[in-house]
Amino acid sequence: MNIIVPIKQVPDLVEELEINADGTDLDREWLKMKLNEFDDHALEEALLMKDESGANVTAIALDGDDIDKALYAAAAKGADRLVKVTGATGNSTHQAAKALANAIQGMDYDLVMTGVQSVDDRDGQLAVILAHYLGNSHVSVVTGVQASGGSVTVQKEYGAGMVAEFEAATPVVLGIQAARETPRYVPVAKVRRAQKSSTIEEVAAGDAAADAGSTVSKMYKPETGAGAEMIDGSAEDQAAKVIEILTQKGVK
Amino acid sequence: MSNQIIVVVEHLKGNIEDITFEMLGKGKEIAGATGGELVALLLGNGADGLAGQLGAADKVIYVDDANLAEYNPQAYCKAVTQIVQANSPKMVLIGNTSMGMDIAGGVSVDANLPFIAYASGIANDGSSVTSSLYGGKMNVDSTPSGDGCIVSVIAGSFPADAGKADGSPSVENATVDVSGLSVTFKQLIEPEGGDVDITQQEILVSVGRGIQSDENLPMAEELAAKLGGAISCSRPIVDSKWLAKTRQVGKSGLKVKPKLYLALGISGAPEHIEGMKDADLIIAVNTDPKAPIFDYAHYGVVQDLFDFIPALSGKL
Ligand SMILES: Cc1cc2nc3c(=O)[nH]c(=O)nc-3n(C[C@H](O)[C@H](O)[C@H](O)COP(=O)(O)OP(=O)(O)OC[C@H]3O[C@@H](n4cnc5c(N)ncnc54)[C@H](O)[C@@H]3O)c2cc1C
Ligand SMILES: Nc1ncnc2c1ncn2[C@@H]1O[C@H](COP(=O)(O)O)[C@@H](O)[C@H]1O
Repeated sequence: MNIIVPIKQVPDLVEELEINADGTDLDREWLKMKLNEFDDHALEEALLMKDESGANVTAIALDGDDIDKALYAAAAKGADRLVKVTGATGNSTHQAAKALANAIQGMDYDLVMTGVQSVDDRDGQLAVILAHYLGNSHVSVVTGVQASGGSVTVQKEYGAGMVAEFEAATPVVLGIQAARETPRYVPVAKVRRAQKSSTIEEVAAGDAAADAGSTVSKMYKPETGAGAEMIDGSAEDQAAKVIEILTQKGVK
Repeated sequence: MSNQIIVVVEHLKGNIEDITFEMLGKGKEIAGATGGELVALLLGNGADGLAGQLGAADKVIYVDDANLAEYNPQAYCKAVTQIVQANSPKMVLIGNTSMGMDIAGGVSVDANLPFIAYASGIANDGSSVTSSLYGGKMNVDSTPSGDGCIVSVIAGSFPADAGKADGSPSVENATVDVSGLSVTFKQLIEPEGGDVDITQQEILVSVGRGIQSDENLPMAEELAAKLGGAISCSRPIVDSKWLAKTRQVGKSGLKVKPKLYLALGISGAPEHIEGMKDADLIIAVNTDPKAPIFDYAHYGVVQDLFDFIPALSGKL
């Protein structure tokens, strides 16, 4: 079983986000990036399958800031092969999907497991778009994968804790919401060792012409605090005020 | 391009999901402002009885096919694509739900149409769509280029009541080719019960990733007990296996409407907001003054929860 896991760096939302000069995108100069959390889950699910039945796991990413580090971290966790797709900006999901499809088409694969979504995919979640460029079927919002022969059984989450189970013939593209287990942790020292012992193969994106099909007119912060009355002071003051509110509203 | 606004109907176990009515309500406004026709696209097998609940639409297009008896990502993609190609609508509204996330992007590729996701607002003339991105920290307005586009709508963005109308819209039966599937539906797995039902609780103390470790949960549990309520949480807490799935509030968890929702260390991502924004009283505690949860809370406390919880518990 060959599993391909596309991974992506996203802005860390804990940091302050600033808007660029023309008001259409983030000011990316000082952004702190981190691996999309759902990619960590996709990689974990792939590695669990490898632990169970000996799959071969490839981590693939479009070239970009800090991406080598993310690929080496994947190797440190157990990915067998690292691929970097060069020459595509991937500034829309459709374009990223096209570039990844071009690269993946030339590879031997049974499963592609992406993160279910990320915080900046304005033109949609990549899994299904990639599947359609590849001509494969797909299932998204997946929380479990079991392989058997030429097919996989997957659990897909609906709302209210309801889960649907599907069987999909391979190759298939899956958007992973959560792995069965909490993603494994890897210490920095091990990532450094992986950096020395593994190589990143580079593949050219080829013709990745595709776009979002829409143009951004404006990016802006939603009215923070528009609804909330803010309670100031020390923790003690704030707690006292909260008690007052609860009493007043008859909750306590 | 036609003047149609097509809403893809989402239904499960014989029930039409609220997102459908939310989109029909919004679709009606757009159709009204643009002189367009509002069409509900219903896919199923022996599901035509549901058309009676789609009275807000001018017309229902109904596709009956054995392969559509249960929701199937591949079959739905094929069916919606063919209907869209046959009707060239001005706009297609699909829920940004678990089901919709399988469909919208695929149709955009196969029908070669622009796709704008995470819509929380749509201009009535259809010219601009507002997407809620970066975990709810940024809004982005975009304009579709060319004719026709697909928009996926975040649940809870528009009032469902506006799209709820019984009646008998005209039903047009359509056939599509959904054969040759490589994905098959196996079964529905119902959620486990047994634990506390958080949808029935009047007071919820809800913890998010700000709680840092399961070792800190007792502190929040003690507060919940003192308030006479129960503990609930955001998704990462369940994914870390610190609390049961039955405690999860949000898109893939439960929708709650307690008298008090005390959010501790929850950022307020759209998927969480979906599940709790209708609570009577929302008080949010977060160290980040820009956390989107403060857009929905009635009262906001910028504070370290490890200082706030003991302070509040101490006064109860
Ligand atoms: C298909 C899909 C379905 C989903 N369904 C759900 C769902 O049902 N429910 C759900 O919750 N999420 C759901 N999510 C996940 C959602 O997108 C967010 O990832 C999640 O809600 C974030 O949880 P959080 O707010 O606890 O964590 P974070 O976003 O990491 O926020 C943690 C917050 O804690 C604050 N904080 C940190 N330390 C402290 C401290 N000491 N004191 C006070 N505050 C502190 C931080 O400032 C931050 O705002 C879903 C995602 C997808 C893709
Ligand atoms: N530039 C990229 N490089 C590699 N993988 C990507 C890229 N963009 C998206 N993906 C994959 O698609 C998933 C969902 O991203 P998206 O839908 O674009 O937000 C990510 O978690 C990755 O698995």
